[in-house]
Amino acid sequence: MRQLNALVKRNTKLFFKDKGMFFTSLITPVILLVLYATFLSKIYRDTFAGAVPAVLQVPDSLIDGCVGGQLISSILAVSCVTVAFCSNMLMVQDKVTGSIHDLTISPVKSSTLAMGYYFATLISTLLVCYVAAAFCLGYVAMEGWYMSAGDVLCIVLDVFLLVMFGTALSSIIGYFLSTQGQISAVGTIVSAGYGFICGAYMPISQFSEELQKALSFLPGTYGTSLLRNHALRGVYEEMRQQGFPEEVVEAIRDSIDCNLYFFGDKVEISTMYLVLTVSVLVLIFVYIMLNRLQPEKNAVKRA
Amino acid sequence: MENIIAINHLNKSFDEVRAVQDLSFRVKKGELFAFLGVNGAGKSTTINIMCGQLSRDSGSVIIGGNDLDRNVDGIKRELGVVFQNSVLDMALNVRENLESRAALYGIYGEAFRTRLSELARLLDFEDLMKRTVGKLSGGQRRRIDIARALLHRPRILILDEPTTGLDPQTRNILWNVISDLRKNENLTVFLTTHYMEEAADADYVVILDGGKIAAEGTPLELKNQYTGDYITIYGVEEEKIRLLGADYVPIRDAFRVSVPDTAAATELIIRYPDIFRDYEITKGKMDDVFLAVTGKKLTGGAVK
Repeated sequence: MRQLNALVKRNTKLFFKDKGMFFTSLITPVILLVLYATFLSKIYRDTFAGAVPAVLQVPDSLIDGCVGGQLISSILAVSCVTVAFCSNMLMVQDKVTGSIHDLTISPVKSSTLAMGYYFATLISTLLVCYVAAAFCLGYVAMEGWYMSAGDVLCIVLDVFLLVMFGTALSSIIGYFLSTQGQISAVGTIVSAGYGFICGAYMPISQFSEELQKALSFLPGTYGTSLLRNHALRGVYEEMRQQGFPEEVVEAIRDSIDCNLYFFGDKVEISTMYLVLTVSVLVLIFVYIMLNRLQPEKNAVKRA
Repeated sequence: MENIIAINHLNKSFDEVRAVQDLSFRVKKGELFAFLGVNGAGKSTTINIMCGQLSRDSGSVIIGGNDLDRNVDGIKRELGVVFQNSVLDMALNVRENLESRAALYGIYGEAFRTRLSELARLLDFEDLMKRTVGKLSGGQRRRIDIARALLHRPRILILDEPTTGLDPQTRNILWNVISDLRKNENLTVFLTTHYMEEAADADYVVILDGGKIAAEGTPLELKNQYTGDYITIYGVEEEKIRLLGADYVPIRDAFRVSVPDTAAATELIIRYPDIFRDYEITKGKMDDVFLAVTGKKLTGGAVK
């Protein structure tokens, strides 16, 4: 256990001391926040206003709250995974610099070494993402606040689970990488692509039916939906109180992925949590087994 | 003397390349063992197998009484490794680096602080503790590398080209420290180097070529077997040197005559006493041994 603590401490320190790695991680949520606030929020607003029947009078603050909730859930959904990938690149950098040899010649189990990277990435990613979440909540407070304390706690839990998921996923991918070029390529692909496949940049409901079915197999999708549900629960509640018909509210929920369907069946919130939790456990198990069965991959590629 | 390392019939291939072929050797406790070979000869592959970093195709490795197949952690505790290039964390300071590595051997708290003080005194880096490793000079960093390798008091220190790129003064300091450790703690040193003068001080030398042992023995045995002696004769004219009937080369203020061995030198001295007024006899050098054995010259890592 103390070996694991020492590794986590070392890895976390290295992450925060490596300005390149730290700022690259921070830059993802910052860019997304700026992008959403300056550009996408207008599109979301127009889409929302266009979708509401003309007979309904919707206060501006409600529209702002709805758009804000959608924005922050998207930002957090993407950040939890992309920041984890940036943080976890230490694992690959250790292979590039050769530091990994210095760790593997000591009597430390390969699974301990692997979990050292996992927990360090988890800690640093959580720190960055919770700071991002605080900024996001501040943004929503300015735009139109409809969340309860329970919603905020649920968002905290969602971020935690998604970071666990992103860290486990990046750990498995990082295990197979060993050069600086591969780090850059994976970083670029994840930053550009993950937002689309998890439904953060564009709701999955707007994709073709086949693609929707394919994406419903990806656990990250449910993470995004959990964040959406908790960020927007208060907004929907307010809509109902203001007399929005249930069908309209449900249509809005469908359009922005608060309701997700697995081959036509609506997926409940509890099921989303279950899918995400099981995915995390399976990914961690696969990661540990990879390290146990092929420890040499981490140690020496070729003498 | 007791064997501390025993390698038997070791084989390792990478696809078509047979990196190590039927390698067997012994290292005795407390000795300075030199492992020589050009790049690609199989030195690093052997070391990586010994350290449990690389699997082998066949053969056995026993270090400090531990079989690599049964107790790899036991072997790892016996070994301290100084890598060719520093593999410490450049962004962390000296203390943070050593603290994180010590913990991997179960050395924490007071035990770590005590060991750190001992090593800092021994290697003279007490004033470098808070310096970032990436900002240290090559020599300073090498001292920290050695401290890291010695943290857990290993019985065997593996030095993989430890002095490459260092200035002569720093090289000298490092060898003094290693010499003290051998004397005071009976440390076994397993050395790979491109500097033949370092190999000349070894107790036993193994020369690898193409993954196989090309020659082995003490430096004296190797010199006797693979090189001749040289007689440097001063204050004599070249005509007289020609009378000796041996190969010679003129040097600045003398002639260097090559003879097969010391007996041949003695014979010449007895036969031509008037030529040998001022002279010295020297053995061949390890460079000559290496050249004779492998047909290659080993000069600072470059093969000629």
